[in-house]
Amino acid sequence: MTRYMLSVYGPAERTAYGSYPSKEDMLESFADTGAFNDRLVADGYFVFADGLAEVATATVVDGQGDEPVLSDGPYLEAKEHLGGFWIIDAPDLDVALRLAAEGSRACRGKVEVRPFSTPDELQALLDS
Amino acid sequence: MTPSPVDDAIVRAHREEWARVVATLTRRFGDLGLAEDCAAEAFATAVERWPRDGVPPNPGAWLTTTAARKAIDRLRRESRRDEKHQEARLLFDDDPPAPRGAIDDDRLRLLFTCCHPALAQETRVALTLRMVGGLTVPEIARAFLVQETAMGQRITRAKAKIKAAHVPYRVPTADDLPARLDGVLTVLYLVFNEGYLASGPGTDPVRHDLTGEAIRLTRLVRELLPGAGEATGLLALMLLTEARGPARVSSTGELVTLDEQDRGAWDRDLIDEGHALVRDTLVAVAAGGPPPGRYQLLAAINAVHTYARDAHDTDWSQVATLYDRLAALDPSPVVALNRAVAVAQVDGPEVGLALVDRLPLDGYHAFHATRADLLRRLGRSAQARDAYDRAIELAGNTAEAAYLRRRRGQLGATDAG
Repeated sequence: MTRYMLSVYGPAERTAYGSYPSKEDMLESFADTGAFNDRLVADGYFVFADGLAEVATATVVDGQGDEPVLSDGPYLEAKEHLGGFWIIDAPDLDVALRLAAEGSRACRGKVEVRPFSTPDELQALLDS
Repeated sequence: MTPSPVDDAIVRAHREEWARVVATLTRRFGDLGLAEDCAAEAFATAVERWPRDGVPPNPGAWLTTTAARKAIDRLRRESRRDEKHQEARLLFDDDPPAPRGAIDDDRLRLLFTCCHPALAQETRVALTLRMVGGLTVPEIARAFLVQETAMGQRITRAKAKIKAAHVPYRVPTADDLPARLDGVLTVLYLVFNEGYLASGPGTDPVRHDLTGEAIRLTRLVRELLPGAGEATGLLALMLLTEARGPARVSSTGELVTLDEQDRGAWDRDLIDEGHALVRDTLVAVAAGGPPPGRYQLLAAINAVHTYARDAHDTDWSQVATLYDRLAALDPSPVVALNRAVAVAQVDGPEVGLALVDRLPLDGYHAFHATRADLLRRLGRSAQARDAYDRAIELAGNTAEAAYLRRRRGQLGATDAG
């Protein structure tokens, strides 16, 4: 099994209904996403999933100096930001891509699929 | 100095066994990069040993065993933890060689992995040439006019992604196979076309290393998936195109178009083989198989052209009908442009020009070359000259630009009206 993060990106500016054009769209997407999450759990892929509050609520902390330096807002200025994510365990990338396509349809957003680094890779770093 | 029989054996083994060795090791060790490195080391060992010890009776088995031993040595050196787990994996050391069928499946797996849709198109092309074709990184870099270091990085990154993201090493399921096979055939056709109509001012107009490699790999796909009509179609298309190679560029380095080619210079063997393959696809479709896809239709169009002993005997209405079917599958303007050329032969240049003028292809040299030719045939020299100018400006192929300049030079001074 490989662990993947499926990240959903959405607009920085949210409407009254998050990133959805209307309340109906929002409720429909919530229902579809809930059903998708249930399938992930039932099929044994699910590790974790959640949505994030809007990007303006973020604070960046740099603790590398003597005193932590705080700045208001996200780390990167962009038109689109991480809005939520799934963490799944899947046997290979084809399965992860298929699940990402289902999740993308359910949540109405583009999904980035990225593997976590593995113990083997960490070991290779330690050995290098 | 003529190459010795041992040199020949090494060259032949590289051509015939490289993909098999990489594919077998990838399955066994689950690591494409390791498989590639150890395959390369095994061939280097062969270069060293075969002249001294003689060519082994089964070069493929010798190379696979040698490469596998190197892989095991390397894994042993690298494994500093989880010894028991590693040892368990290494017990496969004395596996009997896999039966032929299983090895063929490995090569197919390798091809599908290299052409995985999670990789960029240009990366798929490079990786396929390296892993399945056995071309070296400098050879691939030269073929695509890219810096060697950049090409090396592209391939290294692809291998890292395949490993980290766990791109599966298997033939896709029946549901996914048609779409994934189409991806593989696209890669092979791109390699062929880059060889057939090489771009870049400093390159030879035809790169037989690339066309030959594309044909060889397409043969392999067809051998491994004999029921795939589109693979047969693509092979036929490549053979019928390659067959015209000797007549396609003049002694002065100018492109010779189909109607002006010396048909006696065509390679009859390739044409006969291509025609036989087209017949196979027609029989399979007639027997209730799936309808022909784009490669089968393009192969059939090329068969119509190559059946004609003289350009005047070309059955243009048949060509136009086949392009109608292709346009129904693929409504792209480039297909529409080719269809318009056939229609112009059947219904006259005026009808053809009306079709061409509607197409949004202003940045495409063939669009302007086609317009130029139709305008020339209609006697509209001034407009034809402008169209030739645009076509020459946009043509990337040296032979094609030379042809277009000659054609422009032959235009009459005044319009016929």
